[in-house]
Amino acid sequence: MTALNPSAPAKPGAAPPSAIRNLVRLVLSEYFVLVLCAVYALAMGPFVPELWSWEVASNILSDMMPLLIVAIGQTFVLVIAGIDLSVTAIISMAAVVGASVMSETNGYLSGGPLAVPAALAAMVALGLAIGTLNGLAVTRLNMPPFIVTLATRMFFAGSAVWFTTFHTSSSSIAGLPDSFTAFADASLLGIPQPMILAVVVTVVAHLILARSRLGRWIVAVGSNSKAATISGVPVARTIVATFAISGVCAALAAVIYESRMQTGSPITGENILLDIIGAVVIGGTSLFGGKGKVLWTVFGVLFLVILDTSMKLLGTSLFAIYIIKGGVILMAAVIDTLRHRILVTR
Amino acid sequence: MSPPAPLLLVEGIRKSFFGVEVLHGVSFTLGRGEALGLVGENGSGKSTSMNILGGVHQPDAGTMLVEGQPYRPADPGAAIAAGIAFIHQELNLFGNLTIEDNLFIDNFPRRGGLPFINRSAIRKSTQDHLAQVDLDLAPTTPVARLSQGERQLVEIAKALSRNARLIIFDEPTTSLTRREVARLFGLVAKLKARGIGIIYISHALDDVMAVCERVTVLRDGAVVGTGTSRDLGVPRLISLMVGRSIETIFPQRTAPPRPSDVLAVTNLGQPGVAEAITFTIRAGEVVGLAGLMGSGRSELARMIFGLDPFRSGTIAVEGVELRDPTPARAMAAGIAFLTEDRRGEGLLMEAPIADNAVLASLRSVANALGLIDGKRVAAASRTMAQKVRLSTDRVEDTLVKHLSGGNQQKVVIGKWLMRAPRLFILDEPTRGIDVGAKQEVYRIINALVEAGSAVLLISSEIEELMGLSDRILTISRGELTGGFDRLDFDREAIMTAAAVGADHAKVSS
Repeated sequence: MTALNPSAPAKPGAAPPSAIRNLVRLVLSEYFVLVLCAVYALAMGPFVPELWSWEVASNILSDMMPLLIVAIGQTFVLVIAGIDLSVTAIISMAAVVGASVMSETNGYLSGGPLAVPAALAAMVALGLAIGTLNGLAVTRLNMPPFIVTLATRMFFAGSAVWFTTFHTSSSSIAGLPDSFTAFADASLLGIPQPMILAVVVTVVAHLILARSRLGRWIVAVGSNSKAATISGVPVARTIVATFAISGVCAALAAVIYESRMQTGSPITGENILLDIIGAVVIGGTSLFGGKGKVLWTVFGVLFLVILDTSMKLLGTSLFAIYIIKGGVILMAAVIDTLRHRILVTR
Repeated sequence: MSPPAPLLLVEGIRKSFFGVEVLHGVSFTLGRGEALGLVGENGSGKSTSMNILGGVHQPDAGTMLVEGQPYRPADPGAAIAAGIAFIHQELNLFGNLTIEDNLFIDNFPRRGGLPFINRSAIRKSTQDHLAQVDLDLAPTTPVARLSQGERQLVEIAKALSRNARLIIFDEPTTSLTRREVARLFGLVAKLKARGIGIIYISHALDDVMAVCERVTVLRDGAVVGTGTSRDLGVPRLISLMVGRSIETIFPQRTAPPRPSDVLAVTNLGQPGVAEAITFTIRAGEVVGLAGLMGSGRSELARMIFGLDPFRSGTIAVEGVELRDPTPARAMAAGIAFLTEDRRGEGLLMEAPIADNAVLASLRSVANALGLIDGKRVAAASRTMAQKVRLSTDRVEDTLVKHLSGGNQQKVVIGKWLMRAPRLFILDEPTRGIDVGAKQEVYRIINALVEAGSAVLLISSEIEELMGLSDRILTISRGELTGGFDRLDFDREAIMTAAAVGADHAKVSS
């Protein structure tokens, strides 16, 4: 872009004046959603002063962490132009399987020294397995990700409830060890442990997506899988990897949810699917694939959680919150389209 | 009485995008029953002019008259209503619908005043229009089953069904077989005889000469010459287009091929695609592969690169057999492959130049930890851009889709040059790119070959094959039907060998 001569009068059809230009640049910038978060939080300040209290802010952050981890996994799948609807079922399934291993009342390794580590390993392995299954179904059977993950979502959501019935007569597997339930509240050097986990996941995910060969492959497959094939990219393996990453992320989120709820419930995370996909899209990752960043998802989740919290503080009823969230997600999609149009025409 | 107004008069059309003027007063005329060729390099203003004529863009200044009446279409619908039809390079038909549905998609006749489609009227009318373009097909045939040439005829029938007075063709012959081209040209002559005006846009100058009475040459948004085809001639056209005269389109190589084989293909076979194909390419040699569309020429390339399967035979690179080829294994063996479908298979159109450039060589731009190093990506891409003389060195923030066809092709070539390939398979490397970019591509190929690499060149342009190859093989119906050394190159003989059935031809290679 060339600098405008300030003395030259703006010609119709010529370059827009600098105020509009700066606005355009802001909308196009990848920090747009972060700016939006700040503007929104400032604007809401007079109406919900609590939003700026330390307590609420730390609540927002702690609400955000598990959602962020799942959403980051989802980002990988969206970048290859897929979608993973099974994440919430993976969370439920991982929660009950983890509980069945470590529960002090009737767990497989009840009271043993390895109960908690084994439970964690089982949860992550389960996420990895279901994710890989999704990926293989997509690549080997050539089925659309939407259908595959819709099917595994229903299958494992049902399985989680069924699995619970083998271990308890109540609706969830209780008696989790204290060392596990303490995780959600404990801090290390003043930083809550779930946040440490989320930050580690974010950094690792960022390095994978933006800096590794796998990340480049993922973006290439998402923008043009034929061109990726011809460039020597192992397309099938790359697709499986994204679903596996999404599965593992869902299992890690399950650890935080379960530790916070202090019980292994088969409906853990049941209602968060649209928040997850919505947050990723608000962040700016394209549903058409080929475009997405972990940082964008961080901003998207932050925005959604701030919105959610402020509405609740205002005493907005649940249905109104849904309507507003729906509107925001639609707006994000519109902005994405506009952004495309502006970039194409210049 | 004044002479009758021409079918189309375009006078002083100007158009700016974002303050940059891209058309500086373009003028031309077209008479009834006349064909006007419109040629120029990519970016010369052909597309913008035609988009203005077709109602996609509105001019900033200038006048257009159709049969003496002012013509200023606000949108493509208005252009169609004025009898101006645009047959695009990528045809605008719905593959899943039938021919008759495609013809009437925006204007289904109703039955009486009822909201029901009058099927019998459609069928009758479609049959008439198909007969006018000599297409002997049922109106209920789905378009997806038609060949590229047949689809084009359906597009023309569609134009006729809307009483087109002027038909614009944009690169109509790129994906047609020779027979289909002949059929198309015959039809164009018939349209002209009916008084329909034709604007014919193409990079294939021979085609332009064959079809058009007059040619207008555009360069940098202005008309630089207009004249009859007979007076202008291809060499003059080229020099007008590029603004300089071209001494030699095909630069000569100085180094002869070396004795060692880079590629040895033995008895390669796949039922219905390839039959006992055997040939070698030496270091420093360009082997051209001549064949019609569907002859197996692209399939052969794809088999060597591991994209298509084969049942029998072996492929060896520098004496080492390439077992179970996949693109990754072929690349490891030193093969590079430029596909004929640049947009569909060659590039990440939405990604910047740099991301495309390093996609096949990610390991070389990673740091010690295995992480991609942005600085190395930028440096490697810039080196590539200089090597292939890309129009821009802003490799990190220029998206490939914003480049011209020629520069896009240079990105694909540059991406493979980064791997220093031993064998470069080029499938239609100059399709749809302008003369200047073609020469650049030829220069790059020659430099690669002189450095000792081997090239397998596939092209529909026989001059290109003859100008670049040391040896030409012909392929027809999956079999090699002839081999010609540079000294024996003969246009007729090569075309004949490429066109005949494999059964009465002898293989010599």
